[in-house]
Amino acid sequence: MNLFFENSTRTRTSFEVAAKRLGADVINMDVATSSVRKGETLLDTAMTLNAMRPDAIVVRHHESGAVNLLSQKVNCAVINAGDGQHEHPTQALLDALTIRRRRGSLEGLLVAICGDIMHSRVARSNIHLLQIMGARVRVVGPPTLMPTDVEKMGVEVHYNMKSGLKDVDIVMMLRLQTERMQGSFVPSISEYFHFFGLDRAKLQYAKPDALIMHPGPMNRGVEIDSEVADDLDRSVIHEQVEMGVTVRMACLDALIGGQRNQFGNLA
Amino acid sequence: MSGKIDKGAPPHAGSTAYINARIVDPTGNAEYLGAVLISDGKIADFGPNLFASGAPYGIQSVDCRGYYLAPGLVDTRVHTGEPGEEHKETLESAGTAAAVGGITSMVLLPDTEPPFDDASLIEFVARRARQVKLANMYAYGALTVGLEGKELAEIGLLAEAGAVAFTDADHAVANAQVMRRALYYAKTFDALIVHLPQEPALSGGTMTSGATATRLGLSGCPPLAEVMMVERDIRLAEMTGGRMHLTKISTAESVEVIAAAKARGLRITCDTAAPYFALNDLAVGDYRTFGKLVPPLRAEKDRLAVVEGLKDGTIDAIVSDHRPQDQDSKRVPFAQAEPGGIGLETLLPISLELVHGGHLTLPRLFQLLSSKPASLFGLPAGRLAKGAPADLVLFDADYAWKIDRDDLWSKTKNSPFDERPVQGRVLATIVGGRTIYRDDSFTTAAAFA
Repeated sequence: MNLFFENSTRTRTSFEVAAKRLGADVINMDVATSSVRKGETLLDTAMTLNAMRPDAIVVRHHESGAVNLLSQKVNCAVINAGDGQHEHPTQALLDALTIRRRRGSLEGLLVAICGDIMHSRVARSNIHLLQIMGARVRVVGPPTLMPTDVEKMGVEVHYNMKSGLKDVDIVMMLRLQTERMQGSFVPSISEYFHFFGLDRAKLQYAKPDALIMHPGPMNRGVEIDSEVADDLDRSVIHEQVEMGVTVRMACLDALIGGQRNQFGNLA
Repeated sequence: MSGKIDKGAPPHAGSTAYINARIVDPTGNAEYLGAVLISDGKIADFGPNLFASGAPYGIQSVDCRGYYLAPGLVDTRVHTGEPGEEHKETLESAGTAAAVGGITSMVLLPDTEPPFDDASLIEFVARRARQVKLANMYAYGALTVGLEGKELAEIGLLAEAGAVAFTDADHAVANAQVMRRALYYAKTFDALIVHLPQEPALSGGTMTSGATATRLGLSGCPPLAEVMMVERDIRLAEMTGGRMHLTKISTAESVEVIAAAKARGLRITCDTAAPYFALNDLAVGDYRTFGKLVPPLRAEKDRLAVVEGLKDGTIDAIVSDHRPQDQDSKRVPFAQAEPGGIGLETLLPISLELVHGGHLTLPRLFQLLSSKPASLFGLPAGRLAKGAPADLVLFDADYAWKIDRDDLWSKTKNSPFDERPVQGRVLATIVGGRTIYRDDSFTTAAAFA
């Protein structure tokens, strides 16, 4: 059961494709037209859906911690498909898988995560996972988009692309999440692109064979130039999407695959 | 805690002697084995030698069995839901929780619906307190109309109606001009202004800035938001000569700045609430909304600085900052949750941690909990003195138990201290000589029957 409180194309579709390839029945709850709009609370929604006995619920929510809260009220598997600015675990898994396919291992690689770190759940999940897998992580962006004490998560902090991209193996770009911003964090899009957008010139600072990644959706001309985004030798952005389905199939299989639920039906 | 609330206790008449008590005298800064004699609801006599050879014939006596007897707690920061949100807390349920917590006087915040910006509401509180017949209840007046921080409320009329101090509750007055005028104007009535120092433009976050907020992906409220406003308020108080009391001090920098202002001889006073010396931002854990407070729980270094501030006297008082929130307000994602925690029943055991931890003596603690807040707010409470109202708390300082929110008497259960092991419980609460609460373990005392 896909339960998305926030708009998403690739993640929702990716989970749907993954589940269907495994033979599951998929129901997409469109929150925009559901009873949530009629004032139902998150926990009431959770308990209502739980009563329909799904094997797993895939949840995306715009508030940090909302998936955690929901999982306390249901007795099926809950997969976090992104909660606020907190975590997006399957994105980190698919990023790690993509890197491993290209490089064989993550051990000792230097990864730069660039852009809007503050509002990014992708950044947080990747910081945790990449470091566990033995990679070193840098975060690069303007100080206004850097969360407080982020260095306590074990990362190196850089405020310009030149030093931030120096000698890195992987450049992971993030979208400016203007929908989460309250007030002005950067003066303008053109100034942001000038200093922090990834183009051919800035890519020169990284290792010559450095890979370019982006969790999508991309804003061309804001954080990434089309020339590098579409460079088939360097950009693995489409492979990330492909690996997304793979990783989500793996997650679903690990959580509910091959088990019978309490009514004896094969999940 | 199981015990019995007795709203129906008649006005105290005649004389009652509380003998064999370990008396905690905050104003005398002393602790000794002795007795207190109550006559017609007032303290008639007290001391180490009083009734040393037993109470004289004809006087009702209560054997305190060596437990502590101290002036009842004076809590100057209590939110209730009456009027407006009675489903969260009524004056009666708050009075009950206060009685169980050993609080004999409380000052109610004006952020009700409607707010206390009109004299009739101050009178409403006084009338309801007489009906409820539990702890003494006083009310703040609003500092500005509708607590909006724009126009001054009728400070003089509110004071005449009985408002003991003026505040906009958890709303900071952002406009320095409004605060300057309020301080000047309040001088006419020598009124106390209580302010929560938080720069609003910086305090929009849901928890304190730092590693925990970053990990949880929650927006941060920097500790700087507090000290900036503290500095501004100190300048305004100095310039106007008004009486300013800063409330809920939570950061190391604020403690430092206030200590410096006091050293310069300014009339600044301040308090902190129990969560700020007992908890840090780790209490938010995995999005525990009971740990969402205003100001937010801070880092460990701030908590330690608050403890130091209590020890060295920079911080004048401890409040519960009781703020009830129902399930609908708390069982939601963290950012959407209403802030605040209940604290009336846990104020004494949590504060006793400062004594058990070796930071304060009992008389010092009761200066912070009783005598100082009473004198700051001009309340006839908080001290042992001949002729003073017999508002007392009898407690066991060592009894070990674990706070369980479902056992609390408050109407809502949003305690940030849920499941915390503590020491110390109230055995009896006495207001004006009337025993309004008695713990079950203490009912065997014949004289109470």
